[in-house]
Amino acid sequence: MDNVLLFRFEIIIAALILMLLVMSLRDFNTKVTAFLGTMNVLLLVNFLIGWLPMYTGSYFSGFFRTTDLIVFEKNILNLGILLISLTSYQWLKKSEHRLEFYFLMLSSIMGVFVMLSSGHILMLYLGVEMSTIPIAAMSNFNLDEKRSSEAGLKLILSSAFSTGIMLFGISLLYGAVGNLSFDSVIANLHPDMLTLFAFTFILAGFAFKMSIVPFHLWTADVYEGSPIAVTNFLSVISKGSVVFVFLTILYQLFGGLKDEWLYAISILSILSMTVGNLFALRQQNAKRFLAFSSIAQVGFVLVGVAGASVMGSTSVVYFILIYLLSNIAAFGVIGAMADSTGSESLQSFKGLYKSNPFYALFMVVALFSLAGVPPVAGFFGKLFLLTAGMNSKLYVLLGFAGVNLVLSLYNYLRVVKYMFIDEAVTTVPPLQRNRQLTIALVTCTIGLLIIGFIPAIYQYIDQICRM
Amino acid sequence: MEQVPLSHILILSSALFFLGIYGFFSRRNMITMLMSIELILNSANINFIAFNKYLFPHQLEGVFFTMFIIVVAAAEVSLSIAIIINLYRRFNTIDIEDTTTMKY
Repeated sequence: MDNVLLFRFEIIIAALILMLLVMSLRDFNTKVTAFLGTMNVLLLVNFLIGWLPMYTGSYFSGFFRTTDLIVFEKNILNLGILLISLTSYQWLKKSEHRLEFYFLMLSSIMGVFVMLSSGHILMLYLGVEMSTIPIAAMSNFNLDEKRSSEAGLKLILSSAFSTGIMLFGISLLYGAVGNLSFDSVIANLHPDMLTLFAFTFILAGFAFKMSIVPFHLWTADVYEGSPIAVTNFLSVISKGSVVFVFLTILYQLFGGLKDEWLYAISILSILSMTVGNLFALRQQNAKRFLAFSSIAQVGFVLVGVAGASVMGSTSVVYFILIYLLSNIAAFGVIGAMADSTGSESLQSFKGLYKSNPFYALFMVVALFSLAGVPPVAGFFGKLFLLTAGMNSKLYVLLGFAGVNLVLSLYNYLRVVKYMFIDEAVTTVPPLQRNRQLTIALVTCTIGLLIIGFIPAIYQYIDQICRM
Repeated sequence: MEQVPLSHILILSSALFFLGIYGFFSRRNMITMLMSIELILNSANINFIAFNKYLFPHQLEGVFFTMFIIVVAAAEVSLSIAIIINLYRRFNTIDIEDTTTMKY
């Protein structure tokens, strides 16, 4: 019985999915406010239950495992889906298929949890697929809009392609090792030719999912074409979870190949930061801008990954928590803007402070956090990432990271300038407020302002990473 | 009876893999692109089964992995086909060159 409780997160998500089925049978989703309120409360309960004490161990002869770190990562992601559900309230209210949105989002998060807990490459593969297939359906959510269909198509084709490459790598790894459970891969790994080939293919597959340059070409189009709530989910949950898994893959599974992957990761990191920041310079669409910004952020995450130490994984998990809060806040404001004015262009943010000081301030905190300006948590996140990168003594990488910090500052401050200094082209009407969005934005902003000043959070992550 | 050596099978699967990649990048028809992805997945399947039979015949891990790949590939293809059908019904195209609303 104890062992079954290891699945607690998955069981709760499965129960929520079943509840959605019952709700759709009783046509509960036509009562819009009641349905959305219930879902938000259920997601809140799901998030709170996650913090109850939890057994750790493995099950199904090592196929499924749980550690304190995995539990913490799942809690971060639970917070993410709760905040996304709150920020997309207004959009879901208008959308006809709100139940399906929750259905797909929960199915995807189920896959993410399986992926995080996997102790065998078969489970890892199934988790990756379970988490990406529903997202493609979500991207294609506005069935009447051409760019939404395009986004769905591009996402499913590129993700299937990347999975294919990853699978080819896994099959080579199977040939080299003979048994695909994590323990036996770690025990039997030798840096021979076949293993290196296998690793390269697997790395390419994961780089696709994390949209690392040069595997990033799908990102901007998919982010732009999907509805804002889905873009939010893609950039935060999907990317964050793959980064978490990537840590396990590199540090544990391929820990024996550290000397080989260190340089590969550094080059990918330099490319992602530079290309992401340079392409963000000329974007006019807010979602496209955040797509390239997220590519650059993954580049910074890789600096921490290249640290190849406990501090590397601590700083990455810490940074993802901050990145989640800042990106959700930014997408929340963009969503409010798009709901009221129908425009997603950065130009429409001009003069936002005069008409809507409330939203402009939230946006500024989020952007400062993404750029890494001191009082906000993003600064601490980047500080720890760069400090972790120092461990490997890759000074060229750190130099590029420094230059890119300046570049990214220019990018984000450009939007701040639009909001505070520039005159509005067309006056923005006061945006509609709703309680749910306000709660989410306030939570994110408070989180961003105080996380950096609570050392307990960093110490807790450090402690669970050591175990 | 003499067995086919493992290297021959690996050459076959690598050829399939790169044919799939070539097809994915050069074809403009969405259905054909899906078929190319199937080629890539099947090359991985051949690898799994060959390694299982030749190198590790005492357990069936590779064969089971293959079965899961086939099932997941079916799910993936059914979703892509649904998206493609939706695109075709509304916009009358399955040519990837026409899906360029968001180039810049």
